[in-house]
Amino acid sequence: MTFLQLKDLKIHFPTDDGLVKSVDGLSFNLERGKTLGIVGESGSGKSVTSLGILGLHKGGRAKISGEVWLDGEELVSASQEHVRTLRGKKMSMIFQDPLSAMHPYYTVGDQIIEAYRIHNDVPKKVAKKHAIDMLGRVGIPQPDRRVDSYPHEFSGGMRQRAMIAMALSCDPELLIADEPTTALDVTVQAQILDLMRDLQRDFNAALIIITHDLGVVAELSDDILVMYGGKCIEYGSADDIFERPEHPYTWGLLGSMPRLDREVTERLLPIKGSPPSLINVPSGCAFHPRCAFEPRTGGKGSTLVPDLGETEGGHLVRCHLPREERRAIWATEIKPKLES
Amino acid sequence: MVTYIIRRLIGALAMLFIVSAVTFSIFFVVPRLAGVTADDIANRYVGRAATAETVVAVAEKLGLHDPVVVQYGRWVKGIFVGAEYDYGTGVEFCPAPCFGYSFVTKQPVWPDLMDRLPVTLSLAAGASVIWLVVGVSVGVLSALRRGSVFDRGAMIIALAGVSLPPFFTGLVALSILSYGLGITAPGGAYVPFSEDPVQWAYSLILPWLTLAFLNAAAYARLTRAGMLDTMGEDYIRTARAKGLKERVVIGKHGLRAALTPIVTIFGLDVGILVGGAILTENAFSLQGLGKYATTAIAAQDLPKIMGFTMLAAFFIVVANLIVDLLYAVVDPRVRLS
Repeated sequence: MTFLQLKDLKIHFPTDDGLVKSVDGLSFNLERGKTLGIVGESGSGKSVTSLGILGLHKGGRAKISGEVWLDGEELVSASQEHVRTLRGKKMSMIFQDPLSAMHPYYTVGDQIIEAYRIHNDVPKKVAKKHAIDMLGRVGIPQPDRRVDSYPHEFSGGMRQRAMIAMALSCDPELLIADEPTTALDVTVQAQILDLMRDLQRDFNAALIIITHDLGVVAELSDDILVMYGGKCIEYGSADDIFERPEHPYTWGLLGSMPRLDREVTERLLPIKGSPPSLINVPSGCAFHPRCAFEPRTGGKGSTLVPDLGETEGGHLVRCHLPREERRAIWATEIKPKLES
Repeated sequence: MVTYIIRRLIGALAMLFIVSAVTFSIFFVVPRLAGVTADDIANRYVGRAATAETVVAVAEKLGLHDPVVVQYGRWVKGIFVGAEYDYGTGVEFCPAPCFGYSFVTKQPVWPDLMDRLPVTLSLAAGASVIWLVVGVSVGVLSALRRGSVFDRGAMIIALAGVSLPPFFTGLVALSILSYGLGITAPGGAYVPFSEDPVQWAYSLILPWLTLAFLNAAAYARLTRAGMLDTMGEDYIRTARAKGLKERVVIGKHGLRAALTPIVTIFGLDVGILVGGAILTENAFSLQGLGKYATTAIAAQDLPKIMGFTMLAAFFIVVANLIVDLLYAVVDPRVRLS
């Protein structure tokens, strides 16, 4: 049985301007001990997806359909109260900016203790001992003293470590990290990524990393899902995405990624245009207004929504261009530019 | 922390000194600039029938011809050691703390102020509890049910509350509830707490509600805005992601943060109120500090006005100090050093 399975998940928000289709039919599987990277620009639906899995849109204005199976339980149709008991215990989350994600008025220790005691009926003393253990485990020096510090007394990297300690305090089986390193210095980013890799191994949790930074997922992910306009447009192993990408948008992402092994004089290749409106999604392929290869689809790009088709061995691509043509473009037009 | 408190206390004293100097100047220097002479002031002490010579003599005895700085020094000295006032008909002693001697009622100001203070304190205590509880509760419920019938209704009433002055709502309430239906005590009723707590509350319930209505409305709007802000914060999402019950998310995480500005404003409001709820006391003919002030102003009784102003300033400065100290307790990010 697959540990985490999303089937055609849709999360739509009715607004005065129209229906915002933040997530529009997303499906994927994830096993324990594996890492999935979800990549996309701002507004592509990454974070909405993660909050949706945790059931944090329930009771709000969002219209949610589809299925989320976690360890044999379907969560979209489950009661709000039941999903709440799973949050923090079975699945937990690390947020982007640990300063704003931690309550400024409570000590770091209190917040970890609170998280632990929701799901474990233990005295406060025992919970505090556990909180100190967790802080030590994520590499915070003198955890028995720092447990009584407030979030603002920590550095950015330390805060993110504390946030990770909080998320892992109940030994969750699914951990979602939403842009875990975006708010951190580059040197600290690497430390946090290392830490997450080690902890995932120790806890054997399923990990979802949400980011706009391909460098981050390259470090950690087994599989990568590229989102655009609320839909998956390419899915495959890390090798598939980095070595044999087939979607023009993925090519764009790779081209706009700064790399140390390239000449500094080289310009990055930005993707032209801006992310699509989620209310008036472009007709046909959502990416077609920004796609350099749209003319080669013979008009289909702007009229028909392409299907997510399998190229080979679980590598999925949502593109009108025939498979052979995509591979040819990658090999002759894109790859040489990226490697020059 | 201790040094901070000491520093703030010194600052508070300096503030009071400045307030007293400015107030003194307004009452004793500005009239001079406008052409009022020392003799004109002395005239107020001796009455209309006095001869010009008597007036000059009294002005001399009261030291009204001295430089203003000297007069101010004498006034400050009176606060600590008491003062003597000699206006022709005999020497009157004003014991410390002497905040002036009324030339209209021929009485020291301070005992009057102390007589009136319990009324104002009673009014402030009851009203502030009501408006805090009602205002914050309505604000929280409105924020959580944003856009609902309750929210809209509450905010319309709150708008009316902040817009209607207490001399209007007070009189309407009096005429309907006290004189029309006879449920509440009539205007001017006041029974000291020490005599009969039940009658005390009964006599004050209408002024409390009138004053609370005004402030509860403001607090409801403030709390609602604060809660809407706070409930959109990332740490609320974190609290939910931990699996906390919604009740705990709102109470422990949301309200805790939203209440911080409320605490500040509440402290200041109570401080201002203790210095006299002028409109409410007048509407209900309560003999508190506010009523005392309006009477003194109407009679142009300068020493009384001066004494009242100093007492009101004292309460506001103290309230400020308490709020500052409390802030560090409420928000750990504020360090007092």
